[in-house]
Amino acid sequence: MTPIGFTLLAFGISYFAGLLGSLVGVGGGIIVVPALTLLMGVSIQKAIAASIVSVIATSSGAAATFVSQRITNMRLGMVLEVATVTGALTGAYLAALVPGRGLFLVFALVLTYTAWSMLRPAGRSISPVPDPLADRLRLHGSFFDRSLGVEVPYRVFRTKLGLAVSYVAGVASGLLGIGGGVFKVPVMNLAMGIPIKACTATSNFMIGVTAATSAAVYFMRGEVLPFVAAPVAVGVLLGARTGASLLGGTRNSTIRAIFVAVLAVSALKMFLEGLK
Amino acid sequence: MTPPDNRALAGTEKAVSRVLRVGVTTSLVLVTAGTLLSFLRSGGYSDQPGEVARLIGNGGTFPRTAGWLFGGLLHLNGAAVIVAGLILLIATPVIRVAVSIVTFSRERDRPFVVVTAIVLGLLLLSLVLGKSG
Repeated sequence: MTPIGFTLLAFGISYFAGLLGSLVGVGGGIIVVPALTLLMGVSIQKAIAASIVSVIATSSGAAATFVSQRITNMRLGMVLEVATVTGALTGAYLAALVPGRGLFLVFALVLTYTAWSMLRPAGRSISPVPDPLADRLRLHGSFFDRSLGVEVPYRVFRTKLGLAVSYVAGVASGLLGIGGGVFKVPVMNLAMGIPIKACTATSNFMIGVTAATSAAVYFMRGEVLPFVAAPVAVGVLLGARTGASLLGGTRNSTIRAIFVAVLAVSALKMFLEGLK
Repeated sequence: MTPPDNRALAGTEKAVSRVLRVGVTTSLVLVTAGTLLSFLRSGGYSDQPGEVARLIGNGGTFPRTAGWLFGGLLHLNGAAVIVAGLILLIATPVIRVAVSIVTFSRERDRPFVVVTAIVLGLLLLSLVLGKSG
């Protein structure tokens, strides 16, 4: 392959990953890493480094929109960020210790979990409990729901559980080059009592800072290769923009089925790669 | 919620949104321009066999010094322009956090100045740790 061929192919795959990801509400990293490693021969460490940089671009781009539409709970996001950022540092450090084969296996597990989380029926929310921490930090919020045309107020519960899960999401992000929203959003929605739109927006808001933390570690370590990271960052962002303008969050069952199939095949191949 | 809260938040929201938008757009323009320069100018990517393997491998060409970066930018070296874009992209959320510290402290929201300062501290720590790791 020539450099121009690699760049165009990496751009095309990343564009597709960003498009598909935004249509089903997942970041592009979960497809970009398998594609770069399995299809294009990039080492998993370099693929993760390129992916985490693209995660900053997509999440910051989307966050700008959500924040200006006032859907994001910025106070909550900034509190939970302490945990995601700490997790990201842990994950980026672990990545240097875990051998490539181990990264393939952990990635296969997270792909499987993501596929499963898209197939399972929506969970039931857990009953609210008083949360003095949320009261003290005034984390409760409200947002204007455009589709309903009303202001939706809500109270936040179980901030400590949210911090714990955010830490885990941060570790996954730093270790694997993904956003980590797939871990945070269900807990924020079902256990913390936050409406799903505010969950998505707030999770997205945190992902930029989380990814920047581990990206900085990867960058200083020399793992972010300009040749690989450039087409991936531009491709994923443009793909995500196209996806957002196409559907705006509509749930399409055919696209979800395609996405789950892509995840399942990637999980299997990454698993086999890890066993080699 | 009390009115001063909402006013503070509105100001922060506007600033945060602007930082994110400008940061991402500028960095991706730089990354795209750098890629084009790498293809169009001599000294960038070559068509020799094994070039891709070198570029995605541990070719040792990775820029680690500020001197290389500034020198490269002056000579419109494609890789240096891409790296400048990537650095700006990584810095964008950091600037966002720094801006919110300023707005929270202007509104005398002590707990949130502390929370955002911790996040900023961890971000800066990641740069130092990355260097040593």
